[in-house]
Amino acid sequence: MESQDKAKLDRVFTELYRAHLRDVYSYAYYRVGNHHDAEDLTEQTFLQAYRHFERAQAESDGRPLRPWLIRIAHNLAANLYRDRARRPQTSIDDTTTLSAVHTTEDLVEGRDELARIIEGIHELPDERREALIMRFALGMDNREIARAMGKTDGATKVLLHRAIKQLEGIVTPA
Amino acid sequence: MSEAARFDIEQMLRLALTPVEPPEDLRTRVELTLQELTDAAVDELDGWELGAMRDPRNWVRPVVATAVGATAGTALVILRVRQQRKKNAAASHGPLDLAQRTLRAAAGEARKLARWD
Repeated sequence: MESQDKAKLDRVFTELYRAHLRDVYSYAYYRVGNHHDAEDLTEQTFLQAYRHFERAQAESDGRPLRPWLIRIAHNLAANLYRDRARRPQTSIDDTTTLSAVHTTEDLVEGRDELARIIEGIHELPDERREALIMRFALGMDNREIARAMGKTDGATKVLLHRAIKQLEGIVTPA
Repeated sequence: MSEAARFDIEQMLRLALTPVEPPEDLRTRVELTLQELTDAAVDELDGWELGAMRDPRNWVRPVVATAVGATAGTALVILRVRQQRKKNAAASHGPLDLAQRTLRAAAGEARKLARWD
């Protein structure tokens, strides 16, 4: 590759990084449950993305690369759990975390409800939980989620529907 | 599930899963790492171009993409080994044991990267 092409590729990658750092970090945070691991996961995701950026860009055919980034984060998170053979050590629904992420107004209005929802999300099977994170924390549409999870659009729609239904069953008192 | 109930739970999910702003130091750290990688890749490219001009055997060597990939790959291995170092230090029985553990970790991470490629 010519130096000029390489410099252009680096510029495009920097734009991608700046545009999606918050998405990757949010995904990582809700996936692993604490800021420390989320930071490591985010850094590794972008390093891994940098290694394969040229090929990904060529194969994307102009489609957005956010699902590709989230897929890398997803794979790295899976490796993290496999390596440590454990679930997140820090519960995401503790007081510090809730205060850090949500505004005071949110907390006053519906602290109990929010805590129940977050607790419920963590009771869901991994795949359903991930789909909800992508939809509601990152605002991804069905097609993006499908690409990130390696599923069809139809299967993703069903997955989200079932995830919401199961969550409602968990958080709604019998 | 009624439409109203579904709407409510989706609203609650939006509130519960608010996007999280990354810490400023993470932003700076990742940008610096990427900058180091791009600088290193440019240096390797320059070095190779000079070498290639001197040595005709290297003229057709398709090395640039590999150099960039290798630089990023090395950085990834170093990052992961650095992350494991604290754990290794706690578990080790001495400096030699720690060095062996660190080497094993580096080899393991390199193997993992090789498997992904």
